[in-house]
Amino acid sequence: MSTQAWTFTIVGLTFALYVAIAIRARATSTGEFYVAGKGVPPLANGMATAADWMSAASFLGMAGLISFLGYDGSVYLMGWTGGYVLLAVLLAPYLRKFGKFTVPDFIGDRYESKVARRVAVFCAIFVCFTYVAGQMRGVGVVFSRFLEVSVEKGVLIGMAIVFIYAVLGGMKGITWTQVAQYCILIFAFLVPAIFISIQLTGNPIPQVGFGSRLDGEVGRGIASGAPWLLETLNQLHDELGFKPYTDGSKSLVDVFCITLALMVGTAGLPHVIVRFYTVPRVKDARTSAFWALFFIAILYTAAPAVAAFARANLIHTVDGARYAPATIVSDQDKSLPDWFRAWEETGLIAWIDKNKDGRVRYRAGAAFGDFEGSNKPAFSDKRGANGERMVSNPPSDGPNELYVDRDIMVLANPEIAGLPAWVIGLVAAGALAAALSTAAGLLLVVSTAISHDLLKRGAMPNISERGELMAARIAAAVAVVIAGIMGIYPPGFVAQVVAFAFGLAASSFFPAIVMGIFSKRMNQLGAVSGMVAGIAFTTGYIVWFKFIDTAPDAPSRWWFGISPEGIGSVGMLVNFAVALGLRRFGAPPSAATQELVEHIRVPES
Amino acid sequence: MNGPDRTSYWRANLRLIFSVLCIWFLVSFGAGIWGRKFLDQWHLPGTGFPLGFWFAQQGSILVFVCLIAFYVRAAGRLDKRFGVEEKVGDPGAKQDGKA
Repeated sequence: MSTQAWTFTIVGLTFALYVAIAIRARATSTGEFYVAGKGVPPLANGMATAADWMSAASFLGMAGLISFLGYDGSVYLMGWTGGYVLLAVLLAPYLRKFGKFTVPDFIGDRYESKVARRVAVFCAIFVCFTYVAGQMRGVGVVFSRFLEVSVEKGVLIGMAIVFIYAVLGGMKGITWTQVAQYCILIFAFLVPAIFISIQLTGNPIPQVGFGSRLDGEVGRGIASGAPWLLETLNQLHDELGFKPYTDGSKSLVDVFCITLALMVGTAGLPHVIVRFYTVPRVKDARTSAFWALFFIAILYTAAPAVAAFARANLIHTVDGARYAPATIVSDQDKSLPDWFRAWEETGLIAWIDKNKDGRVRYRAGAAFGDFEGSNKPAFSDKRGANGERMVSNPPSDGPNELYVDRDIMVLANPEIAGLPAWVIGLVAAGALAAALSTAAGLLLVVSTAISHDLLKRGAMPNISERGELMAARIAAAVAVVIAGIMGIYPPGFVAQVVAFAFGLAASSFFPAIVMGIFSKRMNQLGAVSGMVAGIAFTTGYIVWFKFIDTAPDAPSRWWFGISPEGIGSVGMLVNFAVALGLRRFGAPPSAATQELVEHIRVPES
Repeated sequence: MNGPDRTSYWRANLRLIFSVLCIWFLVSFGAGIWGRKFLDQWHLPGTGFPLGFWFAQQGSILVFVCLIAFYVRAAGRLDKRFGVEEKVGDPGAKQDGKA
């Protein structure tokens, strides 16, 4: 069977599975639609949370990102897992005891304020749409690359699948499809990781191989004196002029702030928080936080290993290799593997033969300058002397001749490792599972925010149960369509605003919820002004440095060297400080609210 | 549950949270970020991992998982000690905010 036939078969089977689950798990009440009737067992909820959380970016992008960032990539590893500790001890058990449906529910009830609820609804919807556009785009890209359909058609197919199980099944349908999607995505991630680990280090466990010697079949060819994989990698980096792999180039304060912003942002993301409303008991909320991080950690500890393997393999196979097979004259000459040319055709690899020696030279620095404002390669129709695709970008002054898109690391892994065709099909299905599960979770938050927070608890308090369920379904359907449109016509700012989703969650929800639980005296005035100040500060800083001051030397003007990605942690502090400072000027919370706080603090009372 | 009991349950709970967050902070921001360069002079015994780098890319995540497991058990014991663990059945199914 060809790669494409395998991909069609595996992706088709997984999609049939999702639809079958959706038909079996139809929601019949708002309770089932919003929180799966609070009947999800903690283990299943942990798996669903893991799939909900791990997006197309985690599955496809993260290992590639770390591969190019080395130590600096740790901010994502620690940031996106450490948030679960905060969730488990500061939020999940208490929000489960509170026992309503949404994050704005808690903020609105705890602070007895329609304004607070609306601010929370706005943030929730903004965060979700920022995030979901990338997921739909991811679905389209995977389709176009593996199944040779256009990105637009791919997005439409993805929309149809999400539509079926999110609109029909609500949270109940989403939960059980996410359980299936977790199994598929983790299997798809680990199979190539294990194969590559064996090839490079001889050890089948990637997390162990990461710290091992290069004793595998391929690894022995790479090892050059230094016994350990990481040592060899540092050596290779040194030879080619890169910073050592295990050393970073970001400033300490920036690494600190980005990690904190990602942790707190993770704990404040509404689609993650709401998963803890779906279990039967407070105890189960704690247990499912454990299972969630357990399942996430399997991928998150394998990803940096894959990153290091891919990095060593890339440098070793590509640097100094001759592009045209015909020019190979002696046994000493390396030839480029076929995957290099295959990915060049898709535009994710580009090579400029600056010194006309027919060999790929991979060094630190960009290979070429911007063309029409983009640093991506702009291919012309011409071919170079070796048969390579020519780019219109002006060559840079540096010695580097190679452009490699970070995203191909995971996608190209099976080919780099020479794995059978079905593994490639599996990776495509895994990437789709990761993107669809996250998209569905986000869209549900949007639909709940509209039908529950804006209609039932806002404009139409007398709406019937059936009416509310219908409104939730219509809102979900509209959200799917908007997400699809954003996937087909991605707004240019999406890449810039992902940092925004975390910054916003960190500077708005997290402090408001934590103070709502841990400070009985926190009142409406404090909380609302804290949220508004946190959001305004974070938004202002990100907009300024992402859209207004985009000069190359802008980083020298960052406050205390904190990048826009990390500013959410300062935003959080601003929120806390303003809330605690202004609290004294407002009326204390009512007796009923104080009782509510007492109530959520104790599992059974 | 009466007032004084409630207060001491909450105090014990806060102590538990505080100790969990201390370890959370130490392994990630401490060992993985601030102390990383210092720890990198050693290797994780028997492996090629510089110690600080290992904490940043593997160790902190493993500790986080164990930390939540510890918290789940400790919080469960605390609930039992104060007699506030949830009864079997499904008290949470009530969908009003107050039980």
